[in-house]
Amino acid sequence: MKSTSLPGVAPPRTSSIRHDMSHPYLPVLVFFAVALLVPLGSLALARLWMRGFTPLKRGRTKNDFYECGVEPLSAPQSRFHSQYYLFGLLFLIFDVETVFLLPFAVAFLDLSPGSFLIAMLFLLLLAEGLVWAWAKGLLTWRTPAKTPIVIHGD
Amino acid sequence: MAIDPTLARELKASGVHVTSLEQLVNWGRSSSLWPLQFGLACCAIEMISATMAKYDMARFGAEVFRPSPRQADLMIVAGTVTKKMAPQVVRLYNQMAEPKYVIAMGACAISGGPFKEGYNVLKGIDRFIPVDVVIPGCPPRPEALLDGLIALQEKIRGEKLTGSARARHADPDAPAEMPIPECGAHDIVPVANRGIWNPPVIEREEGGAE
Repeated sequence: MKSTSLPGVAPPRTSSIRHDMSHPYLPVLVFFAVALLVPLGSLALARLWMRGFTPLKRGRTKNDFYECGVEPLSAPQSRFHSQYYLFGLLFLIFDVETVFLLPFAVAFLDLSPGSFLIAMLFLLLLAEGLVWAWAKGLLTWRTPAKTPIVIHGD
Repeated sequence: MAIDPTLARELKASGVHVTSLEQLVNWGRSSSLWPLQFGLACCAIEMISATMAKYDMARFGAEVFRPSPRQADLMIVAGTVTKKMAPQVVRLYNQMAEPKYVIAMGACAISGGPFKEGYNVLKGIDRFIPVDVVIPGCPPRPEALLDGLIALQEKIRGEKLTGSARARHADPDAPAEMPIPECGAHDIVPVANRGIWNPPVIEREEGGAE
């Protein structure tokens, strides 16, 4: 150590610290190394612990999908019809509308004409989206083509 | 190699804590029991109450009720286990990761309770899964649940990781899963797991009671 300071005496100003951290991205590298080492180290420790003390206990039910205790009915990667997501989006129109309508209704009597107009514009935008979806025929549910259902297990 | 308890106590009095790996691990396991989040009947109301501010189960490290058995250590069977529900309870127990512990809370989970003579209630969950702590009561108060939890913590702290008297989860020969019963025509099949449930047979003398 070059710069050991006596008590009460300020250490001499050197630029040694700057020279040690020669590359500006070195701290990022160290950060990534630590971020890798901590989880990998704990995983390795867990593996060592397993070898020494805790035997693996595998089983068919244990490795099965979790469906709240009942036997899984279908494969976990089941597919949803894409129209489901459209319905979800359209539901958001009403959902968001409710969230904003409640404070609007509560403050209705104290609103200035300008605020009232803005709120109406907001409602109009949402209603417009709904009308657009309606005109496109998105509100009629099309029954998806029958796909074979994969039953899990044997 | 265990430390002499007298020596450990003397060292502790002078501010030096001595421990073993086993004690350290058991301490960690007992201090963060994560229960599986499910309730079967009215006992679950008391269980919920025990986790809330008044009784505050969080003081014992057991407030994080997990909605998935993969993250849970402790199964609190809180309430009446019907014969329709028993396969699901056993399947959930099987899906929990080791080490796992079971508390049977209330008269129904222990023995069927007031429904013991009924046709559709399981007469004790210990017929299918190994129970560590039983809490009597109908339903037990939250304090009783906390007492049961502390009893379980003491049990975990005394667990052996090696040797012949080691805990179930440290024993490679112990079964990994409990067989799941099925709903038969008249009763669940089988009626009990004979591997873990063997009540003493009452022997009566021939012609004694006439």
